[in-house]
Amino acid sequence: MSGETDDGGVTAPARPRGRAILIASAVLAVSLAVGLMAGAAGISPRAIALALLDRLPLVSVHPGLAPAEEGLLFQLRVPRVLLAGLVGGLLAMAGAGYQGVFRNPLADPYLLGAAAGAGLTVTLVVVFLGGDAGVTAVPVAAFAGAVGGVFLAYALGHTAGRGGGTATLVLAGVAVTSFLTAMQTFVQQLKVEELQRIYSWILGDVGGGWDQLRMIAPYAVVSTIVMLLHGRLLDVLSVGDEEAVSLGLHASRVRFTVLLAASLATASAVAVSGLIAFVGIVVPHVIRRLAGWSYRIVLPLSFLGGAAFLVLADTIARTVLAPAELPIGVVTAFVGAPFFVTVLRVTRRVGT
Amino acid sequence: MSGRAVPAVEARGVGVTLGGRRVLTDVTLSAAPGRWVAIIGPNGAGKSTLLRAVAGLVPNEGEVLVEGTRVDDLRPRRRARLIAYAPQSPALPPDMTVYQYALLGRTPYIPYLGSESARDREVTRSVLERLDLDGFASRPLGQLSGGERQRVVLARALVQQAPVLLLDEPTTALDLGHQQQVLELVDRLRLADGLTVVSTLHDLSLAAQYADELVLLAAGRAVEAGPPGRVLSEPLLAEHFGASVRVETGADGRPLVHLVRPRAAVPSATPREGR
Repeated sequence: MSGETDDGGVTAPARPRGRAILIASAVLAVSLAVGLMAGAAGISPRAIALALLDRLPLVSVHPGLAPAEEGLLFQLRVPRVLLAGLVGGLLAMAGAGYQGVFRNPLADPYLLGAAAGAGLTVTLVVVFLGGDAGVTAVPVAAFAGAVGGVFLAYALGHTAGRGGGTATLVLAGVAVTSFLTAMQTFVQQLKVEELQRIYSWILGDVGGGWDQLRMIAPYAVVSTIVMLLHGRLLDVLSVGDEEAVSLGLHASRVRFTVLLAASLATASAVAVSGLIAFVGIVVPHVIRRLAGWSYRIVLPLSFLGGAAFLVLADTIARTVLAPAELPIGVVTAFVGAPFFVTVLRVTRRVGT
Repeated sequence: MSGRAVPAVEARGVGVTLGGRRVLTDVTLSAAPGRWVAIIGPNGAGKSTLLRAVAGLVPNEGEVLVEGTRVDDLRPRRRARLIAYAPQSPALPPDMTVYQYALLGRTPYIPYLGSESARDREVTRSVLERLDLDGFASRPLGQLSGGERQRVVLARALVQQAPVLLLDEPTTALDLGHQQQVLELVDRLRLADGLTVVSTLHDLSLAAQYADELVLLAAGRAVEAGPPGRVLSEPLLAEHFGASVRVETGADGRPLVHLVRPRAAVPSATPREGR
């Protein structure tokens, strides 16, 4: 059974969308459940399910959890799973958005200097503030650095290539990234004893709890809504700027809006999770292979798929060597790469 | 025939500079409603640029009017309802289906954050049917032949339901039969819907057969304009194309252009067989 034909989804565009979203939501729900159940503390899945039910309005059951267990569940595990999901969703959707804007399948959320910017500011904070002040300042610094990096690349790309072409913007991103990375390396050398802290931030961690979840929620919501609303316009953009303009689209405005939203999503994710690689570039590709090219479907499915993927990756990260934890960035690449290759092989088709 | 009707398309004193290079200078062009005007000229004369200027896609001096309104004053969506533009080598995302691509022609009718209405889908479907593409609706663009591709691009332009159709070399890379098919199709649609067509065409005989008027561009200037019989004269073609040609009048009264080897270069009039 090699059912790799392009069934359905062709003549009636909106139809299969609901079904695909339903399936992706189910996958996410399962991965959330797995993420909640699995863990070092050994609480029974039944008790966890009951405890969650108990929190629903109008429902009252007795899960029989010890207060310590209840605290662990709701103060550590639930926010961790949610944060992993949110970060994964944001990164994957931002990656899809960047790929649409640049019409380049190799674009990822860190293309325009978000990662390098955040890396630099976080390193500055760790090196010069250090200690406890540093810990609370890290997410804010990362957010500011990510936004700053993108802003720098955009400004540079805009002055270099007056027409607003995407090629100059990508090159500006490359230049900004290497410049900021050079600065980061320099600062890092000033205090070699902090190397481990810097690297553990870079490799990613989604254990920030409710505080960090609350902190990025508004940015996450706004950027997600804006991006999801632009799916159709990204589809129009896929025939090229000039033709999109001849079709009545304000191409540069659409591009700027999506870029802004994707960068905001990236900055939010980076602020609370470090520089988790792979999710932003690979998830949209997997989605495209499975569900087609249209951004109307690629964007929402990337969010759901990225969320599911990172929840599972984090589950692996904290259970494989329990009670020790692997950096989540290591897991995403280690598990993700073979998975990606498998999807590529199974859905072999022309082009991407 | 046009009487004193407002031209469907009018370009006055159009000048374009791209990347510091002067591409067009003071070009004037006019197309009455329902007519077909072909822009001809040697490579690099600025044919495509003129078409893009008319489409409002490149900044230019002078002014372009469509149905009496300056193109530059129109909002993009409004402009796209008046002018449909098919570029010479359009980007055709390989996984997009014919139907989805044609549906993009409805973009100027869909609100910014809205989505296609039933009417948009209906218009698209009927255009595909008209161009005998309904059987291809669900085929990905990557799997089309050259002739099919041209028809699909044409379909997208027609779905725009604009009274003015700008076609940049609609027959590039097509064999003879498909060239004829596409041009016949354009002509049929033009007559049926009263469309005004402005196209670039590098094949002079084809241009003469289908267009009502020709504009000869050379080095960024319109050096001659008018009915094919006037524009396609041997001296003009020799001067601007650097080509040795013979122009005949065909059975339909339209000129036919033949390439003739320059006298000096022809080895001998009749090869070896003798008489």
